[in-house]
Amino acid sequence: MNNPDTTLKTEDRPLSLYEKHEPVFNKRIDGKFRRIKWAIMVACLLVYWITPWIRWDRGPYAPDQAVLVDLAHRRFYMFGIEIWPHEFYFVAGLLIMAGIGLFLVTSAVGRAWCGYACPQTVWTDLFQHVDRFFDGDRNARARLYRAPWGPAKIARRLAKWTVYLLISFATGGAWIFYFADAPTLHQEFWSGTAAPVAYATVFVLTMTTFVLGGFMREQVCVYMCPWPRIQTAMLDEKSLIVTYKDWRGEPRGSLKKAQKNPGQFGDCVDCNQCVAVCPTGIDIREGPQIGCITCALCIDACDRVMKETGRPRGLIDYATLEDSEREKQGQPPTRHLKLIWRPRTILYFCIWSGIGLALLFMLGTRVHTDLTVAKDRNPPYIVLSDGSIRNAYTLRLRNMESRPREMEVAINGLPGAVMWSEDISADQAARSVRRTVAADETQSMRAYVSVPAGTQDKDFTFTLRALDEQGETDTVEAYIDTPGEQ
Amino acid sequence: MANKRIDEATQTETVGHEWDGIEELNTPLPRWWLWTFYATIIFAIAYCVAYPAWPLVKQGTEGMLGWTSRGQLAKEMSAADQARTSVREALARVPIERLPEDGGLMRQAVAGGAAAFKVNCVQCHGAGAAGSKGFPNLNDDDWLWGGDLRAIETTLVHGIRQPGDDQTRTSLMPSFGEILEPGQIEDLTSYVLTLSGREKPSASAQRGAQLFADNCTVCHGADGKGLREFGAPNLADAIWLYGGTREAVASQIRNPHMGVMPAWNARLDPVTIKMLAAYVHSLGGGEDFVEVAENPAVEVDEQP
Repeated sequence: MNNPDTTLKTEDRPLSLYEKHEPVFNKRIDGKFRRIKWAIMVACLLVYWITPWIRWDRGPYAPDQAVLVDLAHRRFYMFGIEIWPHEFYFVAGLLIMAGIGLFLVTSAVGRAWCGYACPQTVWTDLFQHVDRFFDGDRNARARLYRAPWGPAKIARRLAKWTVYLLISFATGGAWIFYFADAPTLHQEFWSGTAAPVAYATVFVLTMTTFVLGGFMREQVCVYMCPWPRIQTAMLDEKSLIVTYKDWRGEPRGSLKKAQKNPGQFGDCVDCNQCVAVCPTGIDIREGPQIGCITCALCIDACDRVMKETGRPRGLIDYATLEDSEREKQGQPPTRHLKLIWRPRTILYFCIWSGIGLALLFMLGTRVHTDLTVAKDRNPPYIVLSDGSIRNAYTLRLRNMESRPREMEVAINGLPGAVMWSEDISADQAARSVRRTVAADETQSMRAYVSVPAGTQDKDFTFTLRALDEQGETDTVEAYIDTPGEQ
Repeated sequence: MANKRIDEATQTETVGHEWDGIEELNTPLPRWWLWTFYATIIFAIAYCVAYPAWPLVKQGTEGMLGWTSRGQLAKEMSAADQARTSVREALARVPIERLPEDGGLMRQAVAGGAAAFKVNCVQCHGAGAAGSKGFPNLNDDDWLWGGDLRAIETTLVHGIRQPGDDQTRTSLMPSFGEILEPGQIEDLTSYVLTLSGREKPSASAQRGAQLFADNCTVCHGADGKGLREFGAPNLADAIWLYGGTREAVASQIRNPHMGVMPAWNARLDPVTIKMLAAYVHSLGGGEDFVEVAENPAVEVDEQP
């Protein structure tokens, strides 16, 4: 087992518990996957920056921002959907869908989220382009990194970090617009009248973007993020990952060597381009690993080299480990559809779409009117002068439409009972009470219900009915306490 | 440590130690991780200096910033008081009978009154204001001294049967045990119980009717429905402060209990009393205020 060569090589270095972080200087590459990455990056950034500025008319009683998390008023607006705090299960459902969606994506196309859409990846990519703009490509950046600090290096670094900060500020700054009316907050922000929490949020998110995107980069994926670790448990030999086909590539040898000794070397010319372009600085030829975010830039790089050397593309390619084996034995690879269409993905898809459909169904059938009833328990009942028995309830009438609505609360199934309220005197008591509930609000009212003397304890219901063309109703069970027979 | 080597499977260097054949791969932590650890230590030290941290024998260290949880509470309380001032000022200005005109202010007053009630009133009237024997139920529509906002406020301000307050609510039910014969008291009880239909008319009740006309109508009225000017309870309704059984009614004629209530102007400020009145009025039995021009006695308690 002991290899004398490596033993000698390692012996002269003292053992350290820590090692300095070497930044990754990834080389520029163009290719199919790089272009996909560009497109997704632009789409993600545009969605992030533009979304809060999209307007959506909801009438005079509700905000006109398409996507708004209104924490102050506890409302969540998303285009045509408005979610109230009591409907938080919609958000929970969305989060569960997002989680299962990640499982689905992972089992179908591997770590596609990591490679293309994860904010850490998108912003790291953006910052790496800034690096390239200021300091040049891989070798120039490495040289500058190792160069001693001098005026030129300081100037370059300051310029680059200023751009880092500007991007970070734009990133952190855009976040707050999701939580308040964007144009108003924008104006307040610059005039210094916005809430302190807005400035604090922008500062914190600017700094996290600056540090995580500008400096931590792949360290976040390797050391901080739990997702790669979860993925290692989710990936199997049927998962689509970036695979180096070692059976084809090994043993590695330069073009010259291969020409001298035909038949002795594999397709890998050991040009190290796959390592050079990797944004996380790994060597994919070592096999699947936590650092690989499957961004496929190494595929672009290797394909180019294979083309130049006149060898078939796909030495490094999106492939399942199983397919890689099949290819080795000369069998045709699994069809693309079959890669995705397998029991695991179907199961995830069914769960995912099941939850989605259930949420949509609930969203479509939900009633924008709601009634809750809380009975006074102390005292449970009151005997009035004429011997009749009165119970008191606190009713909450909820109007989820963004317009004021006329509503009627009525008693069902309690013979002889009448009701009135704090602003209606007892001699005007009737079987129902009408109220106007303000737009998008919940109105609390006291309901006094009295029944004739001698009535027994009884169940009954309150019905809330909206007096508009929708005519929505909500019925809630209630209970009346009486002293019983005396 | 000559057995430092590259592990074949992982291509990673070992640390060179070997324990019974077990070797350790050398995978050093990134240096920034160490800096993060140092940063947390520095933060902890800074926190200990700035905030109360170390428990000592008598008292903990105080911290440079002088922060205390009590101080923070006091600050929040005074902020809450500040926020309430505008409501209190508005309440001080508005005459109580006009309070219902401002629905928002009325709700604030009711909420404030509910809080004050729990501190000052529940001892006698109960948490739900339902009272008990001898302590009136404030939820119902039966009022000894009047159930409009002004009347409730007056009762609160001057109390009931409070010596030293010349406007206090006072009434006196004579002890008829010393005036009437026991048989007469039985007859009177029978009659009183027929007023509310608790007993059927009888010979005894008929005899009691005359006794009632002679002794009771001055305060309780000819029909027994009571008179609020005297605080005389309505005997013809279903509500009995001291119980509606024959025994309880007879006892109340023979040797009556008469309750007291503190004059709250000595203990509470006028705004709190106003809020309490609004709360009691809101419990379900509140009556509308009717301006009685020819009765100046009602308009005496104009509080600042």
